[in-house]
Amino acid sequence: MTDQVVITGLGVTSPLGGDVASTWEAALAGRSGVNILEHDWVEQYDAPVRFAGELAVPAADVLSVPETRRMDPSAQYAVVAARQAWADAGSPEIDPTRLGTVVASGIGGVWTLLSQWDNYKEKGPRRVSPLTVPMLMPNAPSAQVSMLVGARAGAHTPVSACASGAEAIGYATQIIQSGRADMVLAGGTEAPIHPLPLAAFARMQALSTRNDDPQGASRPYDITRDGFVMGEGAGILVLERESHALARGATIYARVAGFGITSDAADIAAPAPEGQERAMRAALEDSGLASTDIVHVNAHATSTPLGDMGEASVVAKVLPHSPVVSATKSMTGHLLGGAGALETIFTVLALRDRLAPPTINVTQPEPELPIDLARDTPRDLPEGQVAAFNNGFGFGGHNASLIVASV
Amino acid sequence: MAHSESEILEGLAEIVNEETGLPTDAVTAEKSFTDDLDIDSLTMMTVVSVAEEKFGVTIPDEDVKNLTTVGDAVSFIAQAQA
Repeated sequence: MTDQVVITGLGVTSPLGGDVASTWEAALAGRSGVNILEHDWVEQYDAPVRFAGELAVPAADVLSVPETRRMDPSAQYAVVAARQAWADAGSPEIDPTRLGTVVASGIGGVWTLLSQWDNYKEKGPRRVSPLTVPMLMPNAPSAQVSMLVGARAGAHTPVSACASGAEAIGYATQIIQSGRADMVLAGGTEAPIHPLPLAAFARMQALSTRNDDPQGASRPYDITRDGFVMGEGAGILVLERESHALARGATIYARVAGFGITSDAADIAAPAPEGQERAMRAALEDSGLASTDIVHVNAHATSTPLGDMGEASVVAKVLPHSPVVSATKSMTGHLLGGAGALETIFTVLALRDRLAPPTINVTQPEPELPIDLARDTPRDLPEGQVAAFNNGFGFGGHNASLIVASV
Repeated sequence: MAHSESEILEGLAEIVNEETGLPTDAVTAEKSFTDDLDIDSLTMMTVVSVAEEKFGVTIPDEDVKNLTTVGDAVSFIAQAQA
């Protein structure tokens, strides 16, 4: 029997707040972090979508000038969240060779890549920054976080689109279970709010175009939903071997009870409920819990016409006792590679406070919706030993399901 | 529009400050980029790249290795813009 893996630190920068407390408070209050984009490039490049969930506290407000110049925004956000998570864990003394990082990104340093290509075209090859490669590479956030805390047991970067953040936490759990490390900083980050990704997702008809109602645009399970809302930010969790956490007297939020990961091998973009169901069942089996121990699900639920109902049918099938479901992307937008991490943090906090966060903007729910959705206000969760799911599904047919349990 | 050597020194100090966080008053002519200011080769290339744009000069890659001190870079840029 291996040690349990527990969660001893949390860090967030999101459209709802610059830290965990403000983000969680805004989520429980049902506030939207989505706003009109006030950038010259919106008009200049005729952006088809003119709103998104930008960081509530810009990274430049909390980082030094060299940090903002030497890191792509995706790495900046990860470092902001990792600093908080590390401090929250008590900035522990640990053998660096027993400390790892797994920080995911869906897209990587897209701002760096595209702005340096602009420099090249406008000013020539000598104006391309020598830092371009170390800034744009998708492993940069993980590497930067490893340097921040001196983690030398391995720095990893799952890239599985919108499943990346959940996959990172699952992989980090397995690293600790394998015996390779005692602590891992795990999570995801994304900084996708640039005209090209906005136009590209819009061309897939994946994005909401509700330009006249940005804060009402992300509406999972509502019959009028028309796509997801892009968000940015990062979430980082400190995962730790339970015996290690107990030995140093750490505060434990919850434990990672189960992880299931599958691939669809079906379509490069369309979700496949069959693969999602196998991921959820694999997580349940990994946890050894009864399905009735699950009291809450933070759904992937991005507000796309196809995806939401597919997942809802899977949740209803795997968890027929109908636990309370929350779709927090209704408030944060979709952080892509950061989503699974932010939403796992929401799931951990929901268990801590025994409150499922609300799903906003659902005024006309799908008539055949087979789940018990927490709408508008938080919902009480039962006392005692309970557990909750977080799902993350990504383009490419990546399905990652995590179960966290109270301790 | 040529910059004076003191303007170049001041400009370089600002660049080094933005790239590394070192205070501008630490960037003086006699300081060695590597030994005193702890600037690695990648950061040096970044400082050079930003300085080229700021002062409107070209500092060929093969000349960068000869810029040992901040004063060497100031002299090179002053001559290059002449």
